[in-house]
Amino acid sequence: MVFEKEMITMLLEGTRDTLYMTLVSTLFGYVIGLPVGILLTVTDKDGIRPNAFVYRIIDIIVNIMRSIPFLILLILVIPLTKLIVGKSYGSSATIVPLVIAAAPFIARMVESSLKEVDKGVIEAATSMGASDFTIITKVLIPEARTSLLVGVTIVTGTILGYSAMAGTVGGGGLGDIAIRYGYYRYQTDVMLVTIVILVALVQILQGIGMIISRKLDRRIA
Amino acid sequence: MPPIIEVKNLCKSFETKEGRVDAAKNISFSVEKGEIFGIIGLSGAGKSTLVRCLNLLERPDSGDVLVNGQSLLAMSPKELSMRRQGIGMIFQHFNLLMQRNVIDNICFPMEIAKVPRAKAKQRATELLETVGMTDKALAYPAQLSGGQKQRVAIARVLANNPEILLCDEATSALDPQTTRSILELLQHISKTMNITVIIITHEMSVVQQICKRVAVLDSGAVAEQGDVKEIFTSPKTEAAKRLVISGVRPVDLMHGKKMVRIIFDGQSSYEPVVGNVTLAFGTPVNIMYADTKDIGGSAVGEMILQLPEDPITAQRMIDYLKERKLVVEEV
Ligand SMILES: Nc1ncnc2c1ncn2[C@@H]1O[C@H](COP(=O)(O)OP(=O)(O)OP(=O)(O)O)[C@@H](O)[C@H]1O
Ligand SMILES: [Mg+2]
Repeated sequence: MVFEKEMITMLLEGTRDTLYMTLVSTLFGYVIGLPVGILLTVTDKDGIRPNAFVYRIIDIIVNIMRSIPFLILLILVIPLTKLIVGKSYGSSATIVPLVIAAAPFIARMVESSLKEVDKGVIEAATSMGASDFTIITKVLIPEARTSLLVGVTIVTGTILGYSAMAGTVGGGGLGDIAIRYGYYRYQTDVMLVTIVILVALVQILQGIGMIISRKLDRRIA
Repeated sequence: MPPIIEVKNLCKSFETKEGRVDAAKNISFSVEKGEIFGIIGLSGAGKSTLVRCLNLLERPDSGDVLVNGQSLLAMSPKELSMRRQGIGMIFQHFNLLMQRNVIDNICFPMEIAKVPRAKAKQRATELLETVGMTDKALAYPAQLSGGQKQRVAIARVLANNPEILLCDEATSALDPQTTRSILELLQHISKTMNITVIIITHEMSVVQQICKRVAVLDSGAVAEQGDVKEIFTSPKTEAAKRLVISGVRPVDLMHGKKMVRIIFDGQSSYEPVVGNVTLAFGTPVNIMYADTKDIGGSAVGEMILQLPEDPITAQRMIDYLKERKLVVEEV
């Protein structure tokens, strides 16, 4: 299995594009998903500011968005992608559907992490006169940081998988290469290499995430 | 001057699947500045609900809570938040921030009160000394014992110079010796900083050690309240009797035979009463339990006797003991 220089360059570029899509989408996914997850936590019935109406609405929206299959979503958001990015193909364009797919998933991950925070600690903060904002920024998020970071790791892995799927419809990155060479041109070796790179990327991201979250956890003596 | 805390006709109920639970039924009491006031009751009596109403962690359905004559219920959220900084609370499970070290935990309430960082650090260091934990400044809560965690929680609660300290079962997760040291610390703090302390507990021994006055809660209502010594020596209600006796009862009291609990205090005579009873009536009594306790600084002796089965002799023995100025209580 010997690759020409062009092939290697292409694989490297594919890797870079995949990483770019994954990391940027994760980032923007959190820009949307984190506040929504916080809102879900805060307005739930045993949250610090229960509001059944707000909770129900967000809950339903999140559930609907999460049940749309990603491939359908890819096609559904094409007009929006064109509006934001200017074109509907390539790695930058893929970020739009990736963010939309990831945000509700992230919101749920954040919600479940924040709900692990001990009610007693929140109550102690309230008894000190802490505002809701202080409780969110100084209690909920820092106390849940280990779990939140594990969430980031899982989300990144998932988005990486989605980005490869988006590659199959012209999204760029390793998925794109795999489908073009491996599937249409029967170059199984290229497909194998892309898969190996994808697996390695997931492993590396996973490993980094876990190391950081463990380093930041002070609950273990 | 009004009492520092005044609770007026406070009611609180919860709707649960099993129906309505009246956790607080028309509760009234007041606490004077600098006092250590006890609230005692069995599990489920409504102690936590009551104490949580004192800083509006729980909003009462009706009634009022006045702090320094001001109604908490009438306050805006902002005012309430300010007011809460003057009402500290410590908990059974300490509720420290697990991801912050000891010194930063103590700084937390000062961050809420917007105290400058350097000043907060300095005060935190002083407070650590007050609670005897200087060497653990950089430790994390997970590395501390229960007693040490509670000391940190006490340092934390003192950071904003509270006037009032609410303690909900603050010693219930600790062993007897640690309990004693924590209670001594609370007493010391109350005295030196003139802080009013409210102690919630289900253990009579806690109340005996540091409270002057106590309210006995029974299924959501105040069964009786008054001087600890008074209630300890002659509890009037079933609820108070149960708590007083449960504190001393090593074996379950046997049915059938008549038991009495007698209390000796400073006023009792020095004659050997139990020996004399046996001599005077010609039948022995069985000593089930005996102890001396320090209640509010004075020694009080306590004994549970099992009297003969014959009701007439038993009654005459009781009369005999009462003549000797002992407090005699049938149990
Ligand atoms: N949030 C709530 N929802 C429903 N019921 C509640 C709630 N909080 C308390 N209760 C009920 O109110 C009653 C009093 O509870 P509370 O926690 O005040 O008792 P307690 O005296 O503190 O008991 P313990 O010694 O076990 O802590 C109980 O019957 C309890 O089940
Ligand atoms: Mg309780």
